[in-house]
Amino acid sequence: MRTIGAIVFGWLLSISGAHAAIDPALLTPLASAGNDAKITAITALVDAAQREALPVLKAMAKGSLALAGERVVIVDGEHVIDAATNTEIMPAPELTESIGINNRLRRELASTLASLRLFSNDREVRWDAAQELASGTDAELLPLLEKALASETDPEIKARLQMAHAQGSLASSDAAVRLNAVRVLGDSGDPNICQLLQALTEKNGDSWVEPDSAVRAAAGTSIRAIEKRLAFAENVGRAFTGVSLASILLLAALGLAITYGVMGVINMAHGELLMVGAYSAWAMQGVFQAYLPNLLDWYLLAAIPVGFLAAALVGVLMERVVIRHLYGRPLETLLATWGISLFLIQLARTVFGAQNVEVANPVWMAGGIEVLPNLLLPWNRIIIIGFSVAVLAAMWAILNLSRMGMFVRAVTQNRPMAGCVGVPTGRIDTMAFGLGAGIAGLGGVALSQIANVGPDMGQGYIVDSFMVVVLGGVGQLAGAVWAALGLGVLTKFLEGWTGAVVAKIAVLVIIIIFIQKRPQGLFALKGRFVES
Amino acid sequence: MLRRNFVKTVSAVAVTAALGLASFNALAAETIKVGILHSLSGTMAISETALKETVLMAIAEINSKGGVLGKQLEPVVVDPASNWPLFAEKARQLLSQDKVAVTFGCWTSVSRKSVLPVYKELNGLLFYPVQYEGEELEYNVFYTGAAPNQQAIPAVEYLMSKDGGSAKRFVLLGTDYVYPRTTNKILRAFLKSKGVADADIMEEYTPFGHSDYQTIIAKIKKFSSEGKRTAVISTINGDSNVPFYKELGNAGIKATDVPVVAFSVGEEELRGVDTKPLVGHLAAWNYFMTLKNPANDGFTRAYRAWAVKEKLPNADKAVTNDPMEATYIGVYMWKQAVEKAKSTDVDKVIAAMAGQTFKAPDGFTVKMDEKNHHLHKPVFIGEIRADGQFDVVWKTPGPIKAAPWSPYIPGNDKKKGEPEGK
Repeated sequence: MRTIGAIVFGWLLSISGAHAAIDPALLTPLASAGNDAKITAITALVDAAQREALPVLKAMAKGSLALAGERVVIVDGEHVIDAATNTEIMPAPELTESIGINNRLRRELASTLASLRLFSNDREVRWDAAQELASGTDAELLPLLEKALASETDPEIKARLQMAHAQGSLASSDAAVRLNAVRVLGDSGDPNICQLLQALTEKNGDSWVEPDSAVRAAAGTSIRAIEKRLAFAENVGRAFTGVSLASILLLAALGLAITYGVMGVINMAHGELLMVGAYSAWAMQGVFQAYLPNLLDWYLLAAIPVGFLAAALVGVLMERVVIRHLYGRPLETLLATWGISLFLIQLARTVFGAQNVEVANPVWMAGGIEVLPNLLLPWNRIIIIGFSVAVLAAMWAILNLSRMGMFVRAVTQNRPMAGCVGVPTGRIDTMAFGLGAGIAGLGGVALSQIANVGPDMGQGYIVDSFMVVVLGGVGQLAGAVWAALGLGVLTKFLEGWTGAVVAKIAVLVIIIIFIQKRPQGLFALKGRFVES
Repeated sequence: MLRRNFVKTVSAVAVTAALGLASFNALAAETIKVGILHSLSGTMAISETALKETVLMAIAEINSKGGVLGKQLEPVVVDPASNWPLFAEKARQLLSQDKVAVTFGCWTSVSRKSVLPVYKELNGLLFYPVQYEGEELEYNVFYTGAAPNQQAIPAVEYLMSKDGGSAKRFVLLGTDYVYPRTTNKILRAFLKSKGVADADIMEEYTPFGHSDYQTIIAKIKKFSSEGKRTAVISTINGDSNVPFYKELGNAGIKATDVPVVAFSVGEEELRGVDTKPLVGHLAAWNYFMTLKNPANDGFTRAYRAWAVKEKLPNADKAVTNDPMEATYIGVYMWKQAVEKAKSTDVDKVIAAMAGQTFKAPDGFTVKMDEKNHHLHKPVFIGEIRADGQFDVVWKTPGPIKAAPWSPYIPGNDKKKGEPEGK
């Protein structure tokens, strides 16, 4: 890093169009044993051949630089390219050693590459480079940054560069320059800069790190401004994780809200219906891998209907074979469904093996969106929140707008009367149970993206699901939604405060107390019932 | 040719069956029973299943070369299902019902602690293949994994070095049980001895099987933004690692900013994770699959062939890792000790184990210490590559002796470096 700024600056003054070969003597030291030697070699290389160094350093950062005998080469899949001349070597030589890098070199290469890329014609490339420099710059890069600032037209990139420039200026000997830099940095929302400013306000032995009291005061103001932004981002982040957990709880519990909440069946095999959904996602991934490898990233969309149907089918079978004979006998239902749960776990273990299976995130679910400098919302969480809202909306529509939903409500409210007016109660029971099971299958598909998929996975969700339904109030969808949201945010708040282990215990204690005070849950069904 | 082979096989099978029927007891006495006590289901199955396969492979290798003392080895596999009390029950069954000569088993320290009383009571022999927290030295156990000074301490020293990023603040993150708690106790004392203040150490635990790491990741981000360069030391065990690393990748925590070094994550655990966002995060072990030496070439080739032959899931992507290597060393060292003792008697084998050596896949000839029941092992630190393998970025010049009683825990200086004999 030491001299790169000056070097690149020099290079800018003497840009030559010709693409000359690099002297191999400059390249071989890149393969030196120690990291210090490697860093010296990088500096020397950039010093001697700036433009040509770019592809070599890029390859080094990717870890695709290797030695073939004495020659340094770039490995690109099947092709082997001579690093010195940037031409492919035919036939590909035997590689003797790959040139490894570690995090220290990776950092070094990142800032070297960023400074080399600041003058690219591609806006994206410049933006990335400015971004990289804005979160860590030292004084050596100042001349380069000034040059880049003068030629930069894009206001966003310019703002980043100014930020980087201000960081470099903090070490200036002129108090006015430092004061200005500290003020500019106050606009940042980056925790790294907060750290940097904090260092200024500290005492080094008896003397202040920053001798000028005006600069210190300005640094204090800037720190407070940044901290305010950071605290805001943190709270938004916490709320988001709470909502995200709520969406998962809701997906896990929605199916149960129908089978238990609306129909009154204590279904201990609910967790295994989730498992069926998750294994469907895994199976679809396998199918796509085998038959549609080009569309592999979209297997999840196919898994949604498959997961629903598979779980619904299991649910219908359960209802027809076992549960229908046990309506009105909750204790036997509990035992029978528990037996089914064990049966399904063992079946999965036999068919798919006891080990977890791998369900990969599609590319479009990886990574995240940076909302604020220290707040990154992962795509998979955002998509799952959206998915749970969609499932909820679909379920609400089915129950409230469709004819079948009307029958389900009629049967659960007054079974004999519904039967009298011609509702086929038996068939409605089966369909409602199948619907609940299918929704659980959808939950399983979503869970496959964030949790482990294995035969026992359902066991971890059964308690949470019952918690949500009971807390929300039996017989109410709205209750389940509010309960999931409340539990999600409460758990995340407690986790941030006490740690995951204590939070889990605390949530259970709070629920026990709540249920004691309000056994009917958050929302109780109003109205008159045959039973009551 | 085919036909002749067929006839031969059929007659061989027939003869064996006839012999077996005629003298079942006699035949049973001709084998040496070897117990395998690894979780094949539950949260630890992700790690332990491969160890069962490794023992089975080593046994098959030994059997194909004539067995031990002229007898074939007969594996007895049980599944304690990541359930700690069940470990003790299964161990008792192996020792008193199946009468195994030796057991290879356990991963978590809590499972080892659970079976210890059984092995002591029935004077059994256990080979434990996983790195652990130390603070233990049992006559009936041989520890073929690393003690803290063979893994944890060198890893932290690396993080504090210039090459490792000169970390000044540390997050100690683990699953809530004895191994992470004890390791972190040792590490805290070690860091203090290096001048790291308590305010610069954050300790966090999650339950077994925890799958929502959003809060933890957010906390790490916050902690790392509050001061000097931060590193995370992870002792998360079992399948929680998959959601942890997924979240880490999605949250955009880069190894160049906040490196995560793991003590219980190897090639096997990373098989289910997209490692492209994780490049540069670290693991400390005594073996990596990418090591280049003839012993490792043989070992990895043999295991790949085994995975294909046994039709293991994802056999085409089968990987080897440190505990598998430690298991492999253990099986062969036990064989050598039995041959030296000319008996499978537990006391004789334990005496013969002292000083055994084996040309291990880590590229060194590792030695069982004469006294302390631990191996002398080399230490490697690797960075995760985009393909889920590790690049070795630091290593010790040679094997180092284990110190099961860590000097960073007060009172340990008075403890003896060998088990209380019988």
